[in-house]
Parts: sequence; structure tokens; C-alpha cells
Amino acid sequence: MARSRKAAMESDQLATGKRGASAAAGGGIGRLHAYGIAHLQALVFSLGRISHSPVSSFMTIAVIAIALAMPSGLHVLLKNFQGVSAGWDNAAQVSLFLKQDIDQSVVKRLDTRLQAMVEIDSVTIISPQQALAEFRQLSDFSDALKALDDNPFPTVVLVQPTMAYSAPAVVESLLIRLRDLPEVEVAQLDMEWVERWYALMEIGKRAVFILAILLALAVLLIIGNTIRLAIQNRRDEIEVQKLIGATDAFIRRPFLYSGFWHGLLGAILAWMLVNISLLLLEGPVQRLSLLYDGNLDLQSLSFGSSLLLLVMGMLLGYGGARMAVGRHLRDIEPS
Amino acid sequence: MIQFNQAGKRYEGGSEGLSQVDLHIRPGEMAFLTGHSGAGKSTLLKMIAMIERATYGQVVVNGKNLSRIRRRQIPYVRRDIGIIFQNHKLLYDRSVFDNVALPMVIAGHGHVEIQRRVRAALDKVGLLDKEKRFPIMLSGGEQQRVGIARAVVNRPPLLLADEPTGNLDPQLSAEIMHLFEQFNQVGVTVLIASHDIDLITRLGHRVLTLDQGRLVADVAAVLADEGSGHGPVS
Repeated sequence: MARSRKAAMESDQLATGKRGASAAAGGGIGRLHAYGIAHLQALVFSLGRISHSPVSSFMTIAVIAIALAMPSGLHVLLKNFQGVSAGWDNAAQVSLFLKQDIDQSVVKRLDTRLQAMVEIDSVTIISPQQALAEFRQLSDFSDALKALDDNPFPTVVLVQPTMAYSAPAVVESLLIRLRDLPEVEVAQLDMEWVERWYALMEIGKRAVFILAILLALAVLLIIGNTIRLAIQNRRDEIEVQKLIGATDAFIRRPFLYSGFWHGLLGAILAWMLVNISLLLLEGPVQRLSLLYDGNLDLQSLSFGSSLLLLVMGMLLGYGGARMAVGRHLRDIEPS
Repeated sequence: MIQFNQAGKRYEGGSEGLSQVDLHIRPGEMAFLTGHSGAGKSTLLKMIAMIERATYGQVVVNGKNLSRIRRRQIPYVRRDIGIIFQNHKLLYDRSVFDNVALPMVIAGHGHVEIQRRVRAALDKVGLLDKEKRFPIMLSGGEQQRVGIARAVVNRPPLLLADEPTGNLDPQLSAEIMHLFEQFNQVGVTVLIASHDIDLITRLGHRVLTLDQGRLVADVAAVLADEGSGHGPVS
């Protein structure tokens, strides 16, 4: 009895303080500690809630996972295509068609000069005779050629830039310099298809980016809706909590953590889906690789991308919950 | 502890839930609020607990002028008030212990403190052996006592009860009222809305009667050593 009276007096003193709760929790460190405990409780509690209804929770998480896995998977595929095309940069080759009736010694000097340039990896000279022979072999115009007195082919120099100078923009400047050489009649860059490929990859990247944004929005809405339903289901509970002095932050917390968990679990599942899909693709890719001298190697999600996926999942989960909580918790007031 | 100065609640249609009530309940006092259903008992309690706000006049609870309390501060006002409802308002997916612990969890108390105080509160209402049960497994009277334990676990200076014995038989009703008297004896201010006139008159505390939103009678405690006899606490 005596203890209770003392306690009642304590309570009364607390009531005169500005905020009963913070005073009750003690000083600064105690308050921080209590705050941390409250968050930890909400974190564990919300996970417990999710595990209480495993089927519906799993379905929601699976939808989130699929939505997150789509852009992630496409991102990986794109990365792999880029890896493949990196080898194709060698195909950026410049063909120099030299002026007619140029002297062999001039060609020789040009060859050494080109070999000496840092941008150039290798130089191949195709003499008019070689060109004619090749043309005869490969085309149906051999009879027509017989009618000509002279060899119509110029000397051709195939210039192969080094890797560092193979990117479209850089090789373009090299092309301009080669075109200005006095011996050169026409300089031609044989990389239109590489540029097309790069352009296609750009479109692909942009498409994945747009898809990622749309699906992120979808995740936001899915989680928002899940949390909205959870709030409606817990209407009575929220009312009771408000009646016994729960702050909005206290009531909000488990719902926010629930969104966080949905996002995180969805991202983990998405990560698994992407990796399983890649495993399924491994066999066919290996077979394809054999046909391409075995230099195709399927990359999976990098560490950075995996981390980004998880962080995005958490943020989207929290954000979606935040949206729903802000709108719907305020509406519930005890009456 | 509770002071109404010409306070009232007018609804949008123009009808008044409570009209120009003047009322003063001192700290440590125990009082009953009675009247027919619709007389304004619940409205008066709701205004104290800030579930409803006075549309005019002044309500002061625990030294705080409620018209000056902003929405964000309402939870802190409620933490100093233990409220008991006729329909218990327990959380049916949580154990008795967790139900009683809720106000302490909300107030941010430590684990050990919660264990100790919840057990003490359950002991007080005689339900210590049922802390692991769920409310649905308990009788109406027991559920009401869980509600009381939850209301007192934070040791608030003020207890409000809205028809706490509404669904109970006379024997259980008397037990519940006796419990309230015990809390009152240790200095807690108690205000109970009830239409059980027989029981109320037998207990002999101060009785406030409402009729159509007006305070029509205020009968002081019958026994000299009851009611306000314990002196102020705050």
C-alpha cells in the first residue's frame, strides 16, 4: 500500500513534467536506451507479425521480389552483352584506300610511319594484285575483270587501332588524321555495325532504367497497399493504443518496420530469383560459348549491384509504408 | 484534479452532449457519475480523456488546461489517466500479461521494470496466475479486471471508468467497486460513470447526477472518512 502511494505521488510529479514518457524513461542516456529498445521491439515485433500469416506474407513478398528481379535480371543480361561486345572493339578497323599509281617504296614508308603511331596496333597491306586475286575468288565478276586492261584496285592499308583507341569517339579522330595523309585517297571506318550495337545497348540501358523506375513505383504501391490493409485490420488495436497514451510515432513504428521487412525480404528473394535464372542460363550459354571460341562467360550480379538491390528493397519498403501510414493512421481516432 | 468551468460540448446539429457544466473533483477524491443513458456521462469522461474536446468553457485535468493541449501532446495527457471501459477494449491477440504491459511499453519502460509492475498490477486484481492466458479464455469479470490492471499499471493519478460493472452480476460488481476503493485509498482520484444506483448509494461516495447534458445534482459523500478525506496528492 505504502509503495503504491509513493508511486502515485511519483506519477503525479511526472505529470507536472513536460512529458510523462521521457521523464519516466530516465535521463538522456536512459531515454536513448529506451528509444533504441522501442525500435528493436518494433523491428522484431513486425517480423513476428509477418511470420504469423506466412502465406499472404509470402505472396506479397513474392510479388515484390518479381518486380525487383525483372530490372535486376535485365541489368545482368545487359552487363553480359556489354562484356561480349568489349571483345568486338577490335572490329573498329580503318581501311585506307591509297591513291592509284602510288609507288611501292611510298607504301613501305607509310607502313613504317603508321606502325610507329601509338594509336595503331597493327597494319596490314593489301596490294592491288592481292585484292584482284581475292576479288576473283569471291565474286562472279571475274569475267568482267578480264575485259579491263589495268588492275582497278588501289593499294589498301588495313589499320587496326589499339584497344585504348577503339572507342567510337576516339577512333573517329584517328580516322580524320589518317584521311589527311597525302597518300590516302579514301579512309573508311568499318565500325558502323559496332556503333549500331552501342546504340542498341544504349537503348537497352535506357529501357532497363525506365522499367526499373516503373517497377520501383509498383513495389512502392504494393507495399503501401499491404500496409494500408494491415492498418485497417488493426483499427481496434490502434484505437486502444491511442487511448492509453501511444504517440503517433509509437503506433507508426511497427508498420514502418513491416514495410522495411517486406522490402528487404522481397529484395533477398529477387536476388535469389536472378541467380537461379542465371544458373538456368548457364548451360545454353556454355554451349554457345563453345561455338564462339569459348570466351563467353556468364557474369552474375556483382557485389555492388546486389547491395544496391537490397538497399533499394529496404528503401522502397520503408517509403511505401511511410506513404500509407501518413495517410491512414491519422484517420483512426478513438470515439 | 478535474475541473469543469462552464464547459460544454455542442455537436454540429446543434444538440448538446454536455451543457454548461461546473464541476470540481479534488485530488484523492472518489466520485460516481450517474444518470440515464444519453445523459452525458460518457461525453463527460471522454472530454477528460481528450477523446472529445469541449466546444466551449474550460476543462482542467491534472493542472493542465485541455483546450491548450495540441494534438501531438494528447498521448502524454492520457498517460496520466487510467481508463476502464465497459467493453474492456483489450487486445485479443495478446496475452493478459502483454495487455497489461502495453501502457508501460508505450511509456518506454525497461524490461525488468515492466515485469515487476505488471505482476504487481495483476496481483492486485487477483489474476497473477492467468498472465499467460488470452483474454478470450477469461470470464467477463476477469476481463474487466485485466482492463483495470492495465489502467493502473502506470500508476496514474486519475482513474476513469465508464460503466465498469455494466455486464456483471451484483456480487462481481461489488468486488470491482471495492477494487476501485482500494486504489482510491492510496491516493488515486477515481471517477466512475455508472447507472447502478443501488450499488452507488450503498458505497456512499460523492454522486454527480447528469440529466440531458446538465449537472442536476451533486451529493457529497455520506461517510465522513470517505471521499475527499485523504487529502491532496499532487
